[in-house]
Amino acid sequence: MQKNKDNSMFKASWSYNEAPESTDHIQIKKKYGLYINGKFSEPINGKYFDTINPSTNEKIASVAEATFEDVDAAVQAAKKAFESWSKLTGKERGKYIFRIARLIQERAREFAVIESLDGGKPIRESRDIDIPLAANHFFYYAGWADKLVYAFPNRTPKPIGVVGQIIPWNFPLLMAAWKLAPALAAGNTVVLKPAETTPLTALKLAEIIHESGIPKGVVNIVTGAGETGATIVNHPDVDKIAFTGSTNVGKYIQKATAGTGKKLTLELGGKGANIIFEDAAIDQAVEGIINAIFFNQGHVCCAGSRLFVQESVADIVIEKLKSRMDTLIIGDPLDKNTDIGAINSKKQLQTIENYIKIGLNEGGEIYQPDCKLPKNGNWCAPTLFLNVSQSHRIVQEEIFGPVLAIQTFRTIDEVIEKANNTPYGLSAGVWTQNGAKMFHLTQKLNAGVIWGNTFNKFDAASPFGGTKESGFGREGGLHGLKPYVKFD
Amino acid sequence: MIPNLNNLPVYDTTGVNERIARFCTRSIKASSKVEGLKLALSMIDLTTLEGKDTTRKVQQLCYKAMHPHDTLKNIPTVAAICVYPAFVKEAKKALHGSDIHVASVATAFPSGQSSLEVKLLDTKFAVDQGADEIDMVISRGEFLAGNYQYVFDEIAAVKEACGKAHLKVILETGELDTLDNVRKASEIAIYAGADFIKTSTGKIQPAATLPVTYVMLHAIKDYYLKTGKMIGMKPAGGISTSKIALQYLVMLNEVLGEKWMNKNYFRFGASSITNDILMQLVKSETGIYQSINYFSKD
Repeated sequence: MQKNKDNSMFKASWSYNEAPESTDHIQIKKKYGLYINGKFSEPINGKYFDTINPSTNEKIASVAEATFEDVDAAVQAAKKAFESWSKLTGKERGKYIFRIARLIQERAREFAVIESLDGGKPIRESRDIDIPLAANHFFYYAGWADKLVYAFPNRTPKPIGVVGQIIPWNFPLLMAAWKLAPALAAGNTVVLKPAETTPLTALKLAEIIHESGIPKGVVNIVTGAGETGATIVNHPDVDKIAFTGSTNVGKYIQKATAGTGKKLTLELGGKGANIIFEDAAIDQAVEGIINAIFFNQGHVCCAGSRLFVQESVADIVIEKLKSRMDTLIIGDPLDKNTDIGAINSKKQLQTIENYIKIGLNEGGEIYQPDCKLPKNGNWCAPTLFLNVSQSHRIVQEEIFGPVLAIQTFRTIDEVIEKANNTPYGLSAGVWTQNGAKMFHLTQKLNAGVIWGNTFNKFDAASPFGGTKESGFGREGGLHGLKPYVKFD
Repeated sequence: MIPNLNNLPVYDTTGVNERIARFCTRSIKASSKVEGLKLALSMIDLTTLEGKDTTRKVQQLCYKAMHPHDTLKNIPTVAAICVYPAFVKEAKKALHGSDIHVASVATAFPSGQSSLEVKLLDTKFAVDQGADEIDMVISRGEFLAGNYQYVFDEIAAVKEACGKAHLKVILETGELDTLDNVRKASEIAIYAGADFIKTSTGKIQPAATLPVTYVMLHAIKDYYLKTGKMIGMKPAGGISTSKIALQYLVMLNEVLGEKWMNKNYFRFGASSITNDILMQLVKSETGIYQSINYFSKD
């Protein structure tokens, strides 16, 4: 693979010593069962699978694989628990949710380390973003639990019933929090399935939920791969499905639930446009490009994976971007100085590498910094593609990795047309110091979330979700409560 | 010639602060910390700029500059001594035989509120006394009034008066109000002939800050990209602990990199920081923090 080294003039010379976060304080069991009806139990068929540390490809623990019988037991437990949980006062429900939030905060360090071990993300991100945000979501929705009657003026919200929730591997604990907190606040009971490559923090969460004293059966956590998920989706006693993951699986779920009366929310893929105008604060925009595509190794559904730079500043932006990429530190996710960690799984690494090949075959001009990647584990250098167009596959398809496709544009109308020219509609970013231009763009861009002069910012009070093939329904804020209630 | 100031990069405070936060969370340990501390020590312009300064005081400071902490082996001396013009001669004498520079503030420091004629005389006097480096102040009033040409011409004139002495141009960022103004003033100073751009006199709060320095480093970077010429940077005032100094060095390392990581292109204008660095260096050797009274206060 050709590497472009013309940008070494600002190369950093002072290399920082290793500064790994200690793992002494964490507790991981060798084997995890399923959390059903208030206790951890063995899977009925006795099958377990390994969860792997993606930065070393070593096994961390064995995790139970739930089959139909297990899922059925979880659904029945949730169904039974719903009878009393839904009748509990909001204030009482809120108490448990507040307790879960506080317990996450108390054990934040342990959660952060396990999240980085199991998923490969840098400790800086799990410590500063994933875990605090997860706690915030529980705090935020705990606050709504006794105020539901005020949430929807002149309407009386009621819980839906048993909710099946299937979450992805990119933000394991955070996605569990996004899904569980509003569901519980609204009075539903839950069967949640974490992703098979990153189940550990959800299982730790199960321990905390247990500790909170929440009535048995209100939260059930079952582990397994796609089949376990399909079992939840197809179970007749599940009243609602909330799914975050790929668009392909989302389409399958929508077909499977059509006509069953199950409510559905989907948060799917994306190919976010990140638009840099000539009047932007260029150095901050460069930083924004980095955050948009390399945050969490690019395993972000709302990643700004398509960059549009106005032609008049394209050269300087790309030069600065390359120079900034040269300073990124790639390596041990537990090192406090790591900027980019490990790719989440071997399978995902293959997908990304395949897309890089496609990009090269299509004639894209690649740039990767001259960085040393660790030998073991799954690693991918941060990657840019120049000289690509809307017709290139790497511009059209979601790669879900640290690969950015760069195009230039001349006029506002052109960039709006191109930004919207995608089946997805999850996120976009606009960089300009001109307020009028900013609002013009935010009106015209077809995406669920649009960031102005920043990227990849999340808050418990702010709704998140997509349009078009990026899904429907919102998570976070008052909007995130609505998918978990029904009205007479 | 004065550069085009209408097309300068602009700065978004929120974005700048976010970037700064990333520098500040770098974890600097073990040998990389010692390396950073020694580098910081070697970049210090040990400064005394007080009305009550005396020859003896300056002589004492010069000795400290040459002998920061004699019980510590393998540590560098500081880069320079920074004094008022009246003490340049004495400092030069006291530092004889070392490679420590004498920097002198000039141009009606710190306010700069005098005529160009007086400022040039002030500069020439310091140079004649033997100053290796001149730290001038810009006319902030003229700058804020939009008289950029005046500011530019004044710097260019002082540069000429400096002769062989290096010129550091103090922007006094605490009076410039916005990051965009800091960038504009940096641009004027660099194009007018500054060898270094410097944040502050130390007489106005806030003095040096990481965001302001970040913007100035970018001005230096952009100038280098355009012309291939390297300009130095000196944050001054407010850098009171070695931890903060290391944060500045992390920023320098990741914005400008290797070529700038030495005293020829980066300085700290400070004094109290010296003992804090020495204390950290002793700790790294012995594992114990010594009392502050083990470190000489000159």
